[in-house]
Amino acid sequence: MMKEHVFYSLFVIAALVAAMAFMVTGKGKLSIQFQNYVEDKSLRLDSVSYKNVLGQPYNVTMFKYYVGNFRLKNIRGREYATKGYFLINQEEKNSMQISIDNFPEGEYDTLIFTLGIDSMDNCSGAQSGALDPVNGMFWAWNTGYVFLKMEGKSPASNSTARQLEFHIGGYKEPNNCIRVIRLPLKHAVKIGEKKNDIIKVQADVSHLFSAPNPVDFSKLSSVVDYKNASTIADNYATMFKIADEGK
Amino acid sequence: MKKRIIYFVLFPGFFILLLAGFAGDNNYFAITAKDVEFHIPKGFPQPVYDFKNNTPTPAGFVLGRKLFYDPILSKDSSISCGFCHQRIAAFAHIDHALSHGINGLIGKRNVPPLENLVWSSSFMWDGRINHLEMQPLSPISNPIEMNETIRNIIKKLQRNKEYAGMFKAAFKDSVVNSRNILRALAQFTGLMISANSRYDKFMSGEDTLSPSEYKGLQLFRDKCGQCHKEPLFTDNTFRNTGLAMDTNLHDSGVAATNGQMLDMMKFKVPTLRNIEMTYPYMHDGRFRNLKQVLDHYTQKFTKESHADPILVEGIQLTEEDKSNIIDFLKTLTDQTFLHDRRFADPSGHY
Repeated sequence: MMKEHVFYSLFVIAALVAAMAFMVTGKGKLSIQFQNYVEDKSLRLDSVSYKNVLGQPYNVTMFKYYVGNFRLKNIRGREYATKGYFLINQEEKNSMQISIDNFPEGEYDTLIFTLGIDSMDNCSGAQSGALDPVNGMFWAWNTGYVFLKMEGKSPASNSTARQLEFHIGGYKEPNNCIRVIRLPLKHAVKIGEKKNDIIKVQADVSHLFSAPNPVDFSKLSSVVDYKNASTIADNYATMFKIADEGK
Repeated sequence: MKKRIIYFVLFPGFFILLLAGFAGDNNYFAITAKDVEFHIPKGFPQPVYDFKNNTPTPAGFVLGRKLFYDPILSKDSSISCGFCHQRIAAFAHIDHALSHGINGLIGKRNVPPLENLVWSSSFMWDGRINHLEMQPLSPISNPIEMNETIRNIIKKLQRNKEYAGMFKAAFKDSVVNSRNILRALAQFTGLMISANSRYDKFMSGEDTLSPSEYKGLQLFRDKCGQCHKEPLFTDNTFRNTGLAMDTNLHDSGVAATNGQMLDMMKFKVPTLRNIEMTYPYMHDGRFRNLKQVLDHYTQKFTKESHADPILVEGIQLTEEDKSNIIDFLKTLTDQTFLHDRRFADPSGHY
């Protein structure tokens, strides 16, 4: 009789512990630091001259882009998704560091996010925050938001003012420029109540003009609507990587 | 004695009438809670725009109205929305083929009317704007229309005390930001609803049509109603109506926004409500009157024109048919809407 009582008690305690483990998962903060590069050097606006794959020199006067819908895949293959967008702007240091609260604690080995604004959020009317049209990223003469803006100058440019102007956007087929970026993490990151690893993501501007579609500035120096937009979008799909240790 | 009584009655009576007249004048621009109620007119479908996220209030509507009629939205404070969108023309620009902008610049397209916008799934002749709230950004930023930025408009409005008070009254967060500007404008333009024409009254059994108007309605349903679908008189699609591209304007319609040959010369099927008042017609205002429009549609079109399959063989209409259809189209004129005091300009600019 006594033995039976102990057995039941143990069973109930075990069940409770199991239930709590399922219900009370801790929350942490997902922190991502974006760093813009040109090849192996940190991007500097205006002053530095870079070279594209064809050896044409150029500088960068503006570089900004939308990222959002961040997801992390944990080491057991389960994905956790978040909503919302961030405008990463080289000119505003604070915009480079993003954090998302209340992310389930765990160990994650893959980061997935969207470059661009998906069609639902692109058709939701007046918004504030990152999607506020005051940010200059809404296209009133084309469809929806601009996803990425790169501006600069190049003596090779075929424009009268030798400008480079790459404004890429569009959420409708066949000119859909939304790209999903999937980056395996070299070391699993831990997110929890006490410890939050920061994921460092690097974006390499030079990729906009290299692969898979090399850009010759004497032929293409401006993309401001659907024309050639997906050419550049296919290039920016490859511009991100996870920072090496120590960077 | 009798005479005196008459004076006693008449004089105060006259005075009260006079007072009522003045009060009436002040009330002309007053907006009440009842004025901003949204009702789906009988027979209309569910709207595309959801007022649930932007419930109109008198203060929000009045702010939207002020913004609509205020040239402060343009770079040099010369052009307001109401400059091109005139109430008497169902908010089209009467007798103007192409839109006008700042510094006397002329645009490429005909000003569309503003009516029943909450049932529209896209805006502009080429559908480039996907949401009612975002629509004002297009004319605001267009260099040949208002040539202004939303950022600068916010600065100008923040400096203005009257506006500060109006934003406070209209929105919980009181902020002068793009969202509140665009939502106030959407409250004003979203309530521009035309559903009280003689056609509507005929449909609800309150009015009758003349024999030619009735014949015109039957012909219209048979020959035009597939694209100009009742009760909105548009099916919200984009179609090539066989028009030759204007050799000066080079406007290829939807194709200019996406590069698709299939969308060459496609333009939005416009509503025909208040069509009598929105002349001239088509996306570039090339036809002065409805007869010219109907003459166009009776032609056969070449394969190269990429005209819509419905139109390519030409619509069969006799001269009498055309005149009956035009008689019917005039029953779509909605005097209640064209004279609705809620949409009048309280500053008296236009």
